[in-house]
Amino acid sequence: MSTDKLTTGAIVREVSDQEAADQKHAPVPVVAHHDVIDETVENPVFVTEDLSVSYGSSPAVLDVSLRIAEKEITAFIGPSGCGKSTIIRCFNRMNDLIPAARVEGMVRYHGLDLYGDDIDSVQVRKRIGMVFQKPNPFPKSIYDNIAFGPKVLGMSGSMDEIVEQALRRASLWDDVKDRLKDNAFGMSGGQQQRLCIARALATNPDVLLMDEPCSALDPISTGRIEDLMHELKETVSIVIVTHNMQQAARVSDRTAFFIVDMDSSEEARIGRLVEYGPTDRIFTNPHDRRTEEYVSGKFG
Amino acid sequence: MTTAPARSASEVLGKASSSHRLRDRSFVLLLAALTSVALIVLAVLLIDTGIDGIPQISISFLTNFPSAFPAKAGIQSAITGTLWLMGVVTFVIVPLGVASALYLEEYADGSRWWNRIIEVNIQNLAAVPSIVYGILGLAYIVRGPLSLGRTVLAGGLTLSLVVLPVVIITGREAIRAVPPSIREGALALGATRWQAIWRQILPASIPGIATGVILSISRAIGETAPLILVGAATFVAFNPSGLDSPFTALPLQIFSWISQPNDEFRLLAAAAIIVLLVILVVLNAVAIRLRNRYQQRW
Repeated sequence: MSTDKLTTGAIVREVSDQEAADQKHAPVPVVAHHDVIDETVENPVFVTEDLSVSYGSSPAVLDVSLRIAEKEITAFIGPSGCGKSTIIRCFNRMNDLIPAARVEGMVRYHGLDLYGDDIDSVQVRKRIGMVFQKPNPFPKSIYDNIAFGPKVLGMSGSMDEIVEQALRRASLWDDVKDRLKDNAFGMSGGQQQRLCIARALATNPDVLLMDEPCSALDPISTGRIEDLMHELKETVSIVIVTHNMQQAARVSDRTAFFIVDMDSSEEARIGRLVEYGPTDRIFTNPHDRRTEEYVSGKFG
Repeated sequence: MTTAPARSASEVLGKASSSHRLRDRSFVLLLAALTSVALIVLAVLLIDTGIDGIPQISISFLTNFPSAFPAKAGIQSAITGTLWLMGVVTFVIVPLGVASALYLEEYADGSRWWNRIIEVNIQNLAAVPSIVYGILGLAYIVRGPLSLGRTVLAGGLTLSLVVLPVVIITGREAIRAVPPSIREGALALGATRWQAIWRQILPASIPGIATGVILSISRAIGETAPLILVGAATFVAFNPSGLDSPFTALPLQIFSWISQPNDEFRLLAAAAIIVLLVILVVLNAVAIRLRNRYQQRW
């Protein structure tokens, strides 16, 4: 186990730089290169290379390299503190809001370096929507919640139509069409979360990032959101962080498994990517022992 | 099935300690007694003022101007002067207070020394005696650089300085009460920082900000010391005609009447105090109502 801890993070680097790997502490690879990156992904929407995020001086997640497929659902699973939320927040540069956060490595979005000098994080977020753990509707009417995004983006066209279309895509229209002017806080938790999804869809994003979107919801609301995700993946790429393995197995096409490691001094907790691949393989035939233990419920 | 014999409370729960209960009760009594000291003092003051003042309140008292004859004296110019002052104060503190609160909450990097100095200073300024602001107003607003003279504008600006720190502090609290998830939600939709603040955070914090503004105004309304220093007149037999007009105000009128040797003027002072108290109670009631009605429960 201890060798696993020491080597996993290093593997990606060493494989991509074979010579250095030969010279240095030449570890026994516990996972093959493709298990982490998944090169079977063609036309990736996101590619990360050695992506690390640290808060202040302590690294939160180290050396994540993966390719996220277009128009698919990709799930990030792993125990608390493994950095899955931190990574998803790199994809729309939400980490910019935390002054102490530092992002290293590369994130490419359709080939474009998201952290390049000339990239405006506001422009990034216009294309990449996000749904949060706890439903966070604005304290306004249902209509105004949806209309906010299109308004700030200056979208043209009839606002009524934009609102209706967004609510239909989130299969919320029939529930709320008679009370569009009511305050969103009067809705149930599940409806509020679908409203947040509709709000994100109203600006026609290319990607939808979902950070544990069902963790505050009951099973029925969760089911409706999962159905919704299946419909949405026709038109948007979805990355979902979940601590619910069954949910990952149900909804996702690909799964990335993260783990939290103690660093050598046992003080900092560092997240690492362990294994990444098609969901059915990750759940039925994981290559890494820790993935197997996690998906079979032995820890986490 | 047999039912178990009923058991006494002390058998089930253990023996109650009577000394504990006694100490508990005496502590509650002590707290109630201490609270009642404040309440009794307040009640005595109110009743005493009420007995003196209420018989004096009449339409003519509210509509007459001050006079050398107690029977003809009234507080119209004091009321209009106070309204003018509060108008100036509102006009100054709302934009300045909200802008400062937004800067400190949303933009200022708290780890920078200059922002920390601003913060500490605002906290301190809120506790500075108002007479110090009066001296400042006299030196810089009435005379000195601004040289506005003893006018409504000078008095209003001075009072604004007195309450501005409170407005900023309550404004920051109102803005901080908007959960970060609202900011994140707006930014995640591609809003700029300014759009998120202007269209989501500020509207959501308006009830809290308004409450702070009203409470600040109700503090400013009773301020006397700074107005005495900036030289508001105490005998003004006309309403202010504009920002550059001389003025008086309710607390000044009260102050002037109380210092008169004639007892009848003291009764008029009591009546004016009651009018001032009613205005204060109304303002505070509006503030409480605003807070209860519109404040968002997140």
